[in-house]
Order: sequence, then C-alpha cells, then structure tokens
Amino acid sequence: MKKQASNYRNVSENPCNMCMPLGGILAFKGIEGSMTVLHGSQGCATYMRRTISEHYEEPVDVASSSLNEKGTVFGGEDNLKKALENVRLIYNPQIIGVLTTCLAETIGEDIGRITSRYLQGQEITGLPIINVPTPGYGGSHSEGYWLTVYRIVCFLAEKTAKHNKVNVIVPHISTADLREIKRLLAAMGIDYTLLPDYTDTLDAPYSKPYQKSPAGGTKIEEIRKMSGARATLEMGITIDDAQSAGKYLRDEFGVPLFRVPLPVGIENTDLFFSTLKEIANYGTESAGMKSSGTDLPEEIKKARGRLLDGMFDSHKHNFEGQAVIFGEPEQVYAVTKLCLENGIKPAIMATGSRTKKIEQILQQEFDKLSDFDSEYSILGDTDFSHILEQCKNRKINIAIGHSEGKILTERAEIPLVRFGFPVIDRVGGQRILSVGYEGSLRFLDRITNTLLENKYKNYRANMFALFYEAKVR
Amino acid sequence: MDARKSNPAIEERKHSILTKGEQNQQLKCNTDSVAGCVSQRACVYCGARVVLNPITDAVHLVHGPIGCASYTWDIRGSLTSGADLFRFSFSTDLQEMDVIFGGEGKLTRAIDDLVEKYHPPLIFVYSTCIVGVIGDDLEAVCKAAAQKHGIEVIPVQSSGFIGSKSAGYKAACDALLRLIQVPQGEEIQKGNAINYLGEFNLAGELWIIKNYLQRVGIKLNVALTGDSSYKNLKKATKAYLNIVQCAGSMNYIASQMKELYDIPYLNISFIGIEDTSESIRKIARTFQDLEMMRRTEELIQAETAAILPQIAYYRSKLQGKKAAIYVGGGFKAISLIKQFGELGIDVVMVGTQTGRQEEYDTINNLVSKGTVIMDDTNPSELERFIMEKEADLLVGGVKERPLAYKMGIAFIDHNHDRKHPLSGYVGAVNFAREVYATVCSPVWKYREQGGEP
Ligand code: SF4
Repeated sequence: MKKQASNYRNVSENPCNMCMPLGGILAFKGIEGSMTVLHGSQGCATYMRRTISEHYEEPVDVASSSLNEKGTVFGGEDNLKKALENVRLIYNPQIIGVLTTCLAETIGEDIGRITSRYLQGQEITGLPIINVPTPGYGGSHSEGYWLTVYRIVCFLAEKTAKHNKVNVIVPHISTADLREIKRLLAAMGIDYTLLPDYTDTLDAPYSKPYQKSPAGGTKIEEIRKMSGARATLEMGITIDDAQSAGKYLRDEFGVPLFRVPLPVGIENTDLFFSTLKEIANYGTESAGMKSSGTDLPEEIKKARGRLLDGMFDSHKHNFEGQAVIFGEPEQVYAVTKLCLENGIKPAIMATGSRTKKIEQILQQEFDKLSDFDSEYSILGDTDFSHILEQCKNRKINIAIGHSEGKILTERAEIPLVRFGFPVIDRVGGQRILSVGYEGSLRFLDRITNTLLENKYKNYRANMFALFYEAKVR
Repeated sequence: MDARKSNPAIEERKHSILTKGEQNQQLKCNTDSVAGCVSQRACVYCGARVVLNPITDAVHLVHGPIGCASYTWDIRGSLTSGADLFRFSFSTDLQEMDVIFGGEGKLTRAIDDLVEKYHPPLIFVYSTCIVGVIGDDLEAVCKAAAQKHGIEVIPVQSSGFIGSKSAGYKAACDALLRLIQVPQGEEIQKGNAINYLGEFNLAGELWIIKNYLQRVGIKLNVALTGDSSYKNLKKATKAYLNIVQCAGSMNYIASQMKELYDIPYLNISFIGIEDTSESIRKIARTFQDLEMMRRTEELIQAETAAILPQIAYYRSKLQGKKAAIYVGGGFKAISLIKQFGELGIDVVMVGTQTGRQEEYDTINNLVSKGTVIMDDTNPSELERFIMEKEADLLVGGVKERPLAYKMGIAFIDHNHDRKHPLSGYVGAVNFAREVYATVCSPVWKYREQGGEP
C-alpha cells in the first residue's frame, strides 16, 4: 500500500533544510585557494559560518558585504567592491565566489556588472570571480550546492585537448565519504578530477603554524580541463538538469556523462564500480587510449563479501525496522535503497528541498517492488512538523538523518541515527562514513545497533505490559 | 613567521583596535561592520530573536525565507518550567512569488493556522531582510490578526540590514514594552517583588539566582525573558525594582520602565564570586531591612566558604596563564575579566561584537598594560593577537571554537546554548572547572608536533 501526502502549507514549522547560499559556501570550500563573499546583510554569513563550523569543527571564513540601510536603498555596489578588496588583502585568494542572499536578489543587484567593473577598475587579471544567484527563498541548501558546482564548471571549463582523466562530481557528503571515494578511485587505478574536493579544507589536519586558508581543494587548472576528460561520473541522480555540471560538460564539450547515485548499500556500490569499468573501457579502441581500471581489486571484492556477510548476520534485526529518512535528496535516496536492501521498511522519506526529481525517482523505486506491502509516504519541500504528524500511528522505530531530527526523539521517542548535514549535537559529523562496501557496512551496523538498543531498552517493560498485566486482568 | 606580516591591517579597522597604554584615542565602536572583513557579528533579527525567544508560551513566527528561521531554531539553551512552544521554529517560508507580490496574505494565513493549532496567548512576528525591502505592513497585519483572534500579536521590527545586533535588542525591547504596557486609566500597583532583566535562564541560571534571593527574603516578580510566560510578563509593571544583568540588551527597556512606570533599576552581575556577592548586597540594600542584610551576609559567607577550596585548587593550577576574550556584549567581557582575575589569569586580548563606549572604558580600566582591546573583530585579527600575545585560552562562541583548536589553544564556550550554568557561586565553580579542563588538558602537550611523529 502506498500513500502520498500533499505538502502545501502557509507556515513552515521546524525546518528540514537550510537556505541556498549555505550550499554555495560548501561547494566553494572544495576549490583550491577560494574565498567566498556573501552579498547581503551581515547576519546571513554569520549564521551559515556558525552552522558549517558546528558540523565540521573547522574555522569557516566567509566574508559579507555587510549591507546596511544605505546600501539597501541606493545599491550595494560600493559595499561589494570594498568586500572584494578586503578579501583580497586579507586572504589573497586565487578565486572568489560571490553568492547573493535574499536581500541582494530582492533589491536586484547586478553582480556580474559590479564584479567586472571591480576587476577592471583595479586592473586585476587572472582572478576568476564567479557569481552565483542564491537567494535564500530560491531553494534549499542542496539546490545552492548543485547550482554553485554548475556555475563553477560553466565559468572555468574551457576547450582543451582530450586527456585520460575522469571527472567525478560529488554531492554534499561527509569528508570521510569523500576520502573513501578517493581511495576507491585510486584502488581502481583511475585518474580523476574530483569536484568539489573539501576533504582537506573542511577537515584539515592540525598543523603548526595555523593556516588561514587551508591547503587542498580542486585545482582551478584541473577544473578548466574538465572539458577534455574521458568521461564525467556525476554522483547525483536527483539533480535538476539545469543545475547539472555533468550535463553542461556533455552538451558543450561532448564529455560522456554517467550519472550514478551515491554508492551507499550493495546495489548502488555495485553500480558505482560497474560504471567505473564501463568508463574505463569506453571508446578505448577507437581513441587508442589505454583502458584504466578494469577488474575489481582483491581488497574491494573482499570488502563486498564482508558487507554481504554483515547483511546476512543482521537481517532479522533489520526486518523490524520502520524508518523515517530525511535530509538532502541525494542522501535520502541512498539511505532508502540501503534500507530496502536490508529489509528495513522506509515508511517516510522526506526532504526540505524543492526538487521534484527525488519524489519521482523514489516512486519509480517502489513501483519496481511488486511485493512491497508496507505503507510509505514521500514528502518533498516539507518540514518536521509534517514529518512528525506522519510518524503518528505508524510504529516508526528508527529515524535516519541530520541532527535537527532530534525533535523526533524528543517528541515521539524515535531513536535517531545521525547522518548527513548538519550533525551539530554530536562530535564527528564530518567523520561519518557511509559510502562504498566498507562504509555501507559501518553505516548499516549503526542502524542495526540503534534498532537493537531500542529493543533491549523497552522489551522487558513491553512484554510485562503485554502479557503479565494482560493475564491478571 | 611574523604574525603582522601575514595579516595586513585593514585601514578602516585601525581605530577599532587599541593596545592599553600605547594609544590614547578612544576605541571606535557601535558602527557598521566593514565589508569583507569576515565579522563575527549576527544581524538585527538575530538580536531580537535571542532576547524574546525564552518567552515560553509564545509563538515566535519569522516572517521571511526559511534560512533565517532555520539557523535560529531553538537557538538558546533556555529552560522552561511550563510551556515549551518557544522551542519550535515557525516561518512563513517566503518564496519567490511572495517576494514579488508581497507576503502579507501568507502571513495572515500563517497566523490563522498557528492560532488554530496551538492556541497561543501571544505571537511575535519578526521581520527579516526582505520583508523590510518588499514593504509588507507588519503592523497592520498583526493588528488585524490580534483583533480577529482576540490575542496579542506583536510585530518585531528586525529587518537584518537596519543596523547590527544591538538594533535587534532594541527592537525586542520595543516589542516587550508593548506587551507590558498598562491599559490607559489603570493604576499601577507596586508590589515588593523585583524584576530580573537580561536573564535568559540558560541551563537554569535564573532558578539559581531566584533561590539565592528567596533565601534572603526577596521575591522575584518576572524575568525578562528567561522562563517567562505571557501571564507573568503582564505583571512586569508591578515590580519594586528592576535588576539588569545583560545591560546590552536590556538597559533600554530598564530606562523606559523607569520613565513610564517609575521603577528604578540597578545594574548587577552574577558572573564570578565577587560580582555575585556584590550584586546580592546591592539588591538587598535597597530594601533597607537590617534583618535582610544579615541574612544576605550569612548567605554570602556560607556559599563562598563552600566553594573557596575548589576555586583555590583551580587557581593554583591556572595562575599565570593568559586569556583572550571575544564575546557578544561588553557586559559579559567585563565580568569575564574579573572572573579570570579570581583565577589568577591575565587577560591579554579582549573584544566584543556590540560593546558600548562606557563598557570599553571600564574594560580599559580593568586590564593591564599591553592588553589589546578591539571592537567587531574577525578571524584574522583574532589569530594575529592570540599569536602575538601568546594566549593560552580563548573565550568565545561556536564560530571561534574551531579557530582556537586549530591554533592548538584552549577554549571556553560562552555562548547561549550551553548546558551548564555559569551564574552564581555554582556557576563560578563550573567556570573554574571548565577553564581548568581545557587549559590543563593533556592534549596540548602534543601541540608542537603537528603531523610529525
Ligand atoms: S534566508 Fe535569506 S536572509 Fe535568511 S539567512 Fe538565508 S539568505 Fe540570509
């Protein structure tokens, strides 16, 4: 049985998402030597820095044009120019991202004109300034993230000679996941350009002396050359086409595009590896290129076997799971698949994002399962009050998603497995691993153990109430 | 590496930084943040929200796009003894169409829905940046809604760009003044209880102080705004005296209440042993009751004696360490400097986001020569002076924490979602223990190594 709930509302109660520019900041954190300026009032930048800092436990320097009343009425050109100038002075960036906020968008600032006038006025060459329109009301932080990745590629990619690298475009995932993806690509012998790559900028090792602009990130040169790559592997099946950097590279430069979901769970990870193989063999004969990465290395095969072994070991426990899954679309999809593979019933799948794609894709997934006999709801553009309502009378015993889902534990006693962004009430949000065979198993173990913990915690009281008290009555 | 070279000074920031004993000019404060300087400041809306948020049974409705509400959901660790509606985050979640055609209709419908669902006695409607720009008439919408539902619906004029956080404090005070105003013609009856202003009941701090006051025989009327409700806020005018803790946010309403309702006010502080004792004395003195004064001295005696051995222990471990402070308000900075003094710690750098001129003067008098004082600073200045002054410890909020740790120094969270009280005698011990826990942690002995084994 299936069920779909409408999600129109006049008031949002307890949001499940953040606003667009936050995603843009995250994407820019993955570019080497980048600095971000938020064009708008001071508060936006401060909130977002605080949220990202809390999750990653990293200093996140983001400048603001600090628009005041005057700038709002007469235009913020002077403020933005001054912001750019000061950012250059303090941080000496190789690339600057200018993201707009609600305010700048509403007063209709022409960012492109302002930034190019700035560059001309100061006679600066070779400093890319990339503008991304990210009004807070334009979408959630995941749309902001994808749009920014897209704009970065559009701005930088230029016609180049063909080369053997594979573009790997990733959604917003933990730095542990990013690192694991890099490890897997290396194990497959694939030469790649990862975009964005914030493994080191948002999870920097302690070093002495302190680095104001942490080293790391995708090199600008590499992004320029993404146009000549062997193929693009875009980990994002929920991205709207208009925000797909992979699609842009295909349409503009003819780079073949392969779209895969996040490699979480057995099927998606299999798909990840088989796609890598396909890419490796793609057009090898005709182009005379040598194929890179053919067979799965032994260590990865073993990891796959261990995942299967672990899935069998815990399948009965997982069978008792009824899950509510929420967060950024790409992750909701990945977790849903993992649950389905392991007999955990996804009862509610929810995102605050406004993309319609996730709803369609999930629906297709369920349509494929002719024997799925449990009730489920798919909620897009939603909030926690709605999710909570849906949880009522549904015997949901596990929640999988970011920290704000703690409200489900507080108000409905549903235990929460923390995953995604933000994880701000526990340490190590950036270290949560869930991709690849190994990551999937670790993630699954956390889910299973949470189910078990909940069961053991309550079963004495439950059995007593169920049988002892019932008998005496 | 020379810290100064790696951090070019921004010309416009020059007068917002001074070193005690080296310059004589006044510190520049209470100005807009300089664009591009990565200020640590929040906005007007945030200032208003943090002040009003602890009112437990109110609906706090953010009229604006989702981000603003999202980042401030359950922003304070304020505790409640009653309703907990304040822990929810409500937003009109404005969309592009609302921005183009105006959001008044949606706001009206949002209020209708919330009244129907939660039956609150009171709704605050906060304006955000774009509401100020698209020109929704908050006043009119709130008035109509109040009439329709027979409850109070109070607009909070807190568009993000109209100033800094302190403008938000004022917006919150204006909203509170509307709430507590006495209907025309009604006589104000003064009781013998006192109001406690600028106290937000973080980790139960209000309850700790209330308990001290009770023991000397002083009754609390209502706190603004910790653990307060619509009903007891309505009695706010019936106080004998206002005591003001967070001066930054509440001095304005205190002076207004003096003018309108003839309620005098006292600035007090319950941060640190010295300030706590002095503050209880000051309050008790206003009652001119010898018996009460005796009980006050008794309480101070007993409480101090109970904690002194612990404080002495921590002091022996911390003597001679150096602290850097960067907090929201000047009031908190002042208390912290004194409290560090009680622990034998020297403050080598101190800054605030919204400090006022008088507060900076006080700070200047309290610190020793060579201490750097600054207004509205940023990460690169923090880094520079922490290095230059060789601080062992930074006090700040969430954004400053990773910076301190990345630099390999100790850190104290003095932000508003803390989970342990820092007020009163119990707070003084908690603070000392926290400083000890961080400064004397074994982890710092690996500080010099980085990645080299
Ligand atoms: S919703 Fe708009 S005004 Fe609010 S924080 Fe986001 S960008 Fe800023």
